[in-house]
Amino acid sequence: MADTLQNPNPNNISAYYQTRAAHHGVVTSDWLAQAQAAVGRHPDDVLPPEPEVKVAGKPFSVIHEFNNWRNQPDLAEAVAAIRALAAVIRNSEATTMMELEIELKKASDSLKSWDTTSISLTAGCDLFMRYVTRTSALEYEDFNSAKSRLIERAEKFGEISYKARRIIAMLSQDFIFDGCTILVHGFSRVVLEVLKTAAQNKKLFRVFCTEGRPDRTGLRLSNELAKLDVPVKLLIDSAVAYSMDEVDMVFVGADGVVESGGIINMMGTYQIALVAHSMDKPVYVAAESYKFARLYPLDQKDMAPALRPIDFGVPIPSKVEVETSARDYTPPQYLTLLFTDLGVLTPSVVSDELIQLYL
Amino acid sequence: MDPRRAPRTVSDPKVRQVGFFAPGAAIPDRSQSGPPDHISSLPPTIADLSPSGANSLSPVMIPPPRHASAPLSPLRRDTVPVGSYNASDFMPATSPTAATSSSDDVAWVGRGGRAGAASSSFPGGGFDMPAASSVPASGLTTVSVVNLPPGLSEKAGVAAELQNDRTTHSKPLKEKMTKAERRALQEAQRAAKAAAKAEGGKAPPASSGAVSSANAKSAKAAKPSSQKNDNVTVAASEKKGSDRPPEKDRKKDVPQPRMQYDDKSRVEKAKKRAVVKQTEARNRVELFRHLPQYEHGTQLPDLESKFFQLDPMHPAVYKVGLQYLSGDLCGGNARCIAMLLAFQEVIKDYSTPPEKTLVRDLTAKIGSYVSFLIECRPLSISMGNAIRFLKNRIAKLPLTFSESEAKATLHSDIDRFINEKIILADKVIVKHAVTKIRDGDVLLTYGSSSAVEMILLHAHELGKQFRVVVVDSRPKLEGKLLLRRLVGKGISCTYTHMNAVSYIMHEVTRVFLGASSVLSNGTVYSSVGTACVAMVAHAFHVPVLVCCEAYKFHERVQLDSICSNELGKHFWFL
Repeated sequence: MADTLQNPNPNNISAYYQTRAAHHGVVTSDWLAQAQAAVGRHPDDVLPPEPEVKVAGKPFSVIHEFNNWRNQPDLAEAVAAIRALAAVIRNSEATTMMELEIELKKASDSLKSWDTTSISLTAGCDLFMRYVTRTSALEYEDFNSAKSRLIERAEKFGEISYKARRIIAMLSQDFIFDGCTILVHGFSRVVLEVLKTAAQNKKLFRVFCTEGRPDRTGLRLSNELAKLDVPVKLLIDSAVAYSMDEVDMVFVGADGVVESGGIINMMGTYQIALVAHSMDKPVYVAAESYKFARLYPLDQKDMAPALRPIDFGVPIPSKVEVETSARDYTPPQYLTLLFTDLGVLTPSVVSDELIQLYL
Repeated sequence: MDPRRAPRTVSDPKVRQVGFFAPGAAIPDRSQSGPPDHISSLPPTIADLSPSGANSLSPVMIPPPRHASAPLSPLRRDTVPVGSYNASDFMPATSPTAATSSSDDVAWVGRGGRAGAASSSFPGGGFDMPAASSVPASGLTTVSVVNLPPGLSEKAGVAAELQNDRTTHSKPLKEKMTKAERRALQEAQRAAKAAAKAEGGKAPPASSGAVSSANAKSAKAAKPSSQKNDNVTVAASEKKGSDRPPEKDRKKDVPQPRMQYDDKSRVEKAKKRAVVKQTEARNRVELFRHLPQYEHGTQLPDLESKFFQLDPMHPAVYKVGLQYLSGDLCGGNARCIAMLLAFQEVIKDYSTPPEKTLVRDLTAKIGSYVSFLIECRPLSISMGNAIRFLKNRIAKLPLTFSESEAKATLHSDIDRFINEKIILADKVIVKHAVTKIRDGDVLLTYGSSSAVEMILLHAHELGKQFRVVVVDSRPKLEGKLLLRRLVGKGISCTYTHMNAVSYIMHEVTRVFLGASSVLSNGTVYSSVGTACVAMVAHAFHVPVLVCCEAYKFHERVQLDSICSNELGKHFWFL
């Protein structure tokens, strides 16, 4: 277990973004549909079954569990972590509540340390711990009933997180009107869900995708949208201000939502929000509630750095530095609304919600 | 020098016009405070200012109280066309402001001294309240206005509006106003007599008399409803005026605002009870008339000599009071801790007198000590919250406790308060704030705040590389002490004065400020100059971090710095 605990990327490259890149390289909705057809159930209804958890004699490894979950491309990393932690409870051999909590804490810490740059992972783990251990069932005399209560809550939390995307998609339908133009940045599965639902509801709209170098998110997103018969236009990142007057709204996802109500998202989001704000275009963020983190960046550099390699296609002279940060922080005054599974929130309400979630 | 000053300003050295004045403007709607023989039909001018300071034009236009009349019956509402006022606007009883207004109004009737009936807010002030004479002591809600001469009906209309809300508001506080009711009755009877003489719409002395307590507040007859809120706050403060903790716990939820020093009678009363004899400052600044302005420097020797004579005062409290007065103890936390430790001594030495209960007697004693401390130096918000906590704990003592048990409980409660809310809170603040300091930072701080000092020292201990800019200002130059302590620990510091803050701000990466309190609308209440530093930082896009323990938070809302403040000593500037 020790070697799996070490960060697989010792030279500070963000595993989170690498994973996402890997996912995006592989998945298309065709593939997903095939996989699920093979499994033989509707993707939305039932939770995919858990992989074989415990071979007799082999110690339970939460990282192993987590990796199993993570490999499903449709599953958010935080949700995978939550599922893994739920599995920890299920497989725990503790006999008292304290022991169980300590085990959970250890598992949560190991998950967090696996990738320290992922905000949603940390936030998801923290929220899970709060939600689960706050149960009043912990006062039951009988440990087993308390434990089963905990498992129930854990699974419920996993389910909420899993269904969060659909809730968000439903909430955002009112904001997409016929004939609107939406600018999208980054490949967010939540935003994709929103647009998919809108397309299914027969709304007429078109989408501008930023290219999203170097991850090529724009290309992938436009691929997906083209399959839905949504008119898509690709823009290079520099063409955002140029096209902003045609745009009716900006839709982005979030890697994390911070205490101030701002968001941390793929590099370029701040720029687009600034341009949109100066031209009075609304910026909408679609984020699940487990992404709410207890962070308060005072400026762009106040976060843990998350670096990923950028490939320019041509070799760069060795004396030249490259800014390899993968994400930026958008302050709350440039955001209009956040669509979450807790409802449609203004940025100022986020701190209230955080207090309720965390305390 | 000042074009705003009226040429006919009385150049009395004792009263200086500073602040916002309408030069010589005669505003006919104003009624006057002051001697009763002023007839309010005469437009008041600035020249009418009397040396005693009871003038009619306040630089800060604090509208007069609603008026100190007894409430009207609902009959009134039907007969009189109501102007801009809507009876439905004033909801009965449920809001504390409503409750306070009614209590205040009736109280003013007593305080008015002369036929509190008439309202100052009437044009020409022609309204009197013979009707009030029929107010029974208990029946504040039913006032028959039948006696009102028809000639006054249009003016009464305005009064009706004002009284209507009183009707609705007086109900919840009826039972607490016995003394005031009796006085109201007296005044009303007197007013009836006066009104009988001065019939025909002439402003009786009553109208001006009623305003005497609401010293020099301008009357705006046309907008009674808009005045209401201002009146309520002024009224509320006057009502709750000086500390009377043992009697009334009714305003438990609403913290006591500072006493407004415009009200002469209140000030008189407070003076009578005062231990520290304060002489009024000779040169009073009009802008700050609502704040205490006393001669400083005379009390210290006076108090020192009295040290062994003051039986009612516990020596520990006396000592703390002297330390406040002389300026030895300053800073919200230090003052609060010193006060609480003094109270611990008090409780330790306390023994219940015969025929009294510990709860009530101890609360009364604490109240009197608090009044003493206020006279030495106005309470800081941290101290106010601590006192509220202590009184709460005393009130919650189970009746079954013996005296020694109660004392031990209170002792440990105070210890716990200090430990949890101050010491541990500081540790948590430091732990969190230190994460915001990075290597290479330039941190700016203003004045001397204990929380900020702890943060800087801790960050230095953790080995972070940063430097500090200490901004200081006259007259106290508190920053020098902070500078000395930081440099003593090896932190590289820069020291500058307030006038250079915009010069140095471009180098700064973070600003750390301390606070005396954070109010419920997010306003930070801190030593003077903090706002300036924060605004300059904002202009340079430098993040401003305020460090304040949670026990200093307060639920009031302050819109500017003047309405509630503490005045410093003039000799500091010389």
